[in-house]
Amino acid sequence: MGDHSHGSPNDPGTVAKAGQGSVESFQDPGLPPHRPRLADVDPRAAKRAERQVTLLFVVSILGTALFFVAYFVVGRTSTFSGIRLQNTLLGLGTAFAMMGIGVGIVHWAKTLMPDHEITEMRHEIRPEAERQEAEAMIGDILDETGIKRRPLIRNSLIAAVALAPIPAIFMFRDLDRTGATANEIVDRLRYTMWDKDTKLVRDPSGTPIKASDVQIGSAFHVIPEGLDDTEDPLNEKAKAVVLLMRLDPREMEISPERETWHHDGIVAYSKICTHVGCPVALYEQQTHHLLCPCHQSTFDLTQECKVIFGPAGHALPQLPITVDSEGYLVAQSDFHEPVGPSYWERG
Amino acid sequence: MSSTTEYRPKTSTGKIANFVDTRVGGSAMVKEFGRKIFPDHWSFMFGEVALYTFVILLISGTFLTFFFDPSMAHTVYEGSYNPLKGVHMSVAMASTMDISFDVRGGLFMRQVHHWSALLFVAAVSVHMLRVFFTGAFRKPRELNWVVGGTLLILAMAAGFTGYSLPDDLLSGNGLRIIDGVIKALPVVGTFISAFLFGGEFPGTAIIGRLYMMHIMLVPALILLMIGIHLFMVVVHKHTQYRGPGRTNDNVVGFPVGPVYAAKAGGFFFIVFGIVALISGFFQINPIWNYGPYDPSPVSAGTQPDWYIGWVDGALRLMPGYLGNFSLEWIIPFPWGGNNLILNVLIPMIPAAILIGAMFAWPWIERWVTKDDREHHLLDRPRNAPFRTGVGVAGVIWYCVMWCAASSDLIATHFHVSLNDVTYWLRVLFFLGPILGFIVARRIALALQRKDREIVLHGREAGVIQMSPEGGFSEQHAELDVYKRYKLVAFESHEVMPAEADSTGHVSRGEKARGAVSKFFFEDRVAPVTPSELEAAHGHHAPAIEESSEDASIDR
Ligand code: HEM
Ligand code: FES
Repeated sequence: MGDHSHGSPNDPGTVAKAGQGSVESFQDPGLPPHRPRLADVDPRAAKRAERQVTLLFVVSILGTALFFVAYFVVGRTSTFSGIRLQNTLLGLGTAFAMMGIGVGIVHWAKTLMPDHEITEMRHEIRPEAERQEAEAMIGDILDETGIKRRPLIRNSLIAAVALAPIPAIFMFRDLDRTGATANEIVDRLRYTMWDKDTKLVRDPSGTPIKASDVQIGSAFHVIPEGLDDTEDPLNEKAKAVVLLMRLDPREMEISPERETWHHDGIVAYSKICTHVGCPVALYEQQTHHLLCPCHQSTFDLTQECKVIFGPAGHALPQLPITVDSEGYLVAQSDFHEPVGPSYWERG
Repeated sequence: MSSTTEYRPKTSTGKIANFVDTRVGGSAMVKEFGRKIFPDHWSFMFGEVALYTFVILLISGTFLTFFFDPSMAHTVYEGSYNPLKGVHMSVAMASTMDISFDVRGGLFMRQVHHWSALLFVAAVSVHMLRVFFTGAFRKPRELNWVVGGTLLILAMAAGFTGYSLPDDLLSGNGLRIIDGVIKALPVVGTFISAFLFGGEFPGTAIIGRLYMMHIMLVPALILLMIGIHLFMVVVHKHTQYRGPGRTNDNVVGFPVGPVYAAKAGGFFFIVFGIVALISGFFQINPIWNYGPYDPSPVSAGTQPDWYIGWVDGALRLMPGYLGNFSLEWIIPFPWGGNNLILNVLIPMIPAAILIGAMFAWPWIERWVTKDDREHHLLDRPRNAPFRTGVGVAGVIWYCVMWCAASSDLIATHFHVSLNDVTYWLRVLFFLGPILGFIVARRIALALQRKDREIVLHGREAGVIQMSPEGGFSEQHAELDVYKRYKLVAFESHEVMPAEADSTGHVSRGEKARGAVSKFFFEDRVAPVTPSELEAAHGHHAPAIEESSEDASIDR
């Protein structure tokens, strides 16, 4: 392709420059002559088309029959393969029933109905005369209400109409019927059911975990003991799920205030992604990376679950843990910061 | 009304028709619509597909409501699907299981519903692209374009609320992501989340609330919008492509009765048939494989429905940190810190820009071209290179975000590192639309030049000639007047430099307009004029001319 903005030397007009467009243009030759179809001129072709359309409608009837075969003959089935078969046959039956009708009608229209294109004129959407009439009419209507002459009425009406819908908005306050005040709504995001001496138990079996069960390189999905006895187990679980892993303590960078939060390299981190809340479910043993499958935020276990890749904006919160007198892992306290996605009031 | 001779129908159908007619004025309606003309073109089909899949959604969805129970109460599954027997789940999930395994045809209806939902949003989108690339949104149809855009958003809302209803693992995770995004909204986020979920996530209210939106609010709004949309189509009459006999003042096509109605009505059944076929053979949303919602497990590699992907992808592309600086910025207010969660909020900006630009485009184009005429003739996309370029840029931007939602699948499928895929997509996010604009506009201009070539020198006739010197060339056959008219009848916008207003002052807005106009229309290909054609024929005396290969490419 040559340079577009210059025509080739022997044909300078190919690309018009601004302002040099030509006013002269080709004349509309009008609709092309109509070309008759086979069925228009040959009665045998028309008859053939008629038979084809009928055949298609018969296919549809057979399709409906197939549907009933699937419904009654395959019938009530409780095996997975039975359901599969029934679903396929119902689909086939419906497809034939519908396509038979559809293709039949379209074929009928294409072969046997007139195919002459017809021209219709457009009309002005808003003729000027009509606008004037309407304007006069609206003027009269407004005059009759007197709304322009009586501003007191107008202004008080505007005030009333502006205020009247506001209660409807307040009615939605009870969408949250927990009775929580604004402060409590914010506060409950801060706390989970972890507390001093809450046992770490396996999800979903609920069996407690001995420190000695946790090998280097292993990972446990953990919930607090007693989760199922709470009022809303899912709500509690959505905040309290924890990943438990063990590393060689020498591999970890531990900040001074967290020295006592692990037990012999056993660490517990919130499993709720700090991005928008998916469970951070994948643990790569070799690299000690935790990966969130939703948007691939990656957290480095050796650096207190700092974000090393992806859209999350802060590290996974750590749950301080220790062992009780029988050697079971327990929490020292709740998390020291809110778990899960960030929010305006998080601070 | 007074009528002198009263009409007396003879047949019983006639009597019924007459009864209704004298009460509702049906004759006038038949007169108005019976022979109304609709232009025909394959690209006008997508709007129909959208309408028909919506009807299928209404039918299949209504069937599902007879069996679906939107309760989040706790239950234990005891239905026929053995692997989940005894599993704890919500009543909503259990009833969806029952629809799938214990209601005959229930699985089929679920699949019909889900597949037609996917097709519905796809058809609406493609329909929109058709309207965009042909310029059908221009005066007087700008408002109908806005109604269409609203329908696209409503379609996505319908899909998302439906996807969440079965309360399986995937739908719960989708809701959790929504909750996280809502919580990121400054000032109001925490409270909107609390109100929506009726307390903390997930609570026991959300499915019932989504159900109301899914089967009443959103479908009612869609119906309303479809009503307005079609009403406006009737008011405006349909657009048509330029061509012989088709002018800005007429409509050429088939009358509603019988041809158009038959084709359109038949097409409904075809669409239904295709949806049924897909639903019979291809499994969709097998919730029994995912299990009930539980905040702890998640399966890798799962995907949202396709129309949500682009928003999810935008979330993935955004880094949470720039270097060591977290994009979760804590604003130091006197009363303590408040979090501005930019890593979640910024990805919403492209979505807002894309949707905002889509709604505003008819006005943007009007502003740049100062074109206030009515347009009932459609452009071929190549004949509006600037618009085609902008549209392709938008599509590419959308697609990059959409691909990002599958970055993990791309990485595992092509055995590359996930991080690299993300880096590349981040680059493409910025470069893709720019390249797309340039390339698409170039291609459009090239196609226009090819059209000129064909008009001036005829079409390649498929006959190769050998000259006495031994060179090969192809015969070119001249176009007939009808084909030629199709290629020469178009408008090509020219640059309109900034103009001074009545006081002789050139405003800043007008200067900007002039600059955009220059950017868009500096390169343009004008339609062939009769005198050019004459000149071309004059140069090459015989009507069938020869051209060597590179010369024909170079034009
Ligand atoms: C307007 C467009 C609509 C879209 C895009 C849409 C989309 C969806 C989707 C994606 C699902 C999940 C299906 C699954 O389980 O795989 C769903 C579920 C459902 N939809 Fe719709 N739907 C629409 C309209 C309707 C209407 C009008 C009704 C009822 C009048 C309805 C009733 C239902 C019911 C009861 C369910 C839950 C049952 C189930 O999941 O199997 N939908 N919808
Ligand atoms: S929710 Fe974990 S990365 Fe988005």
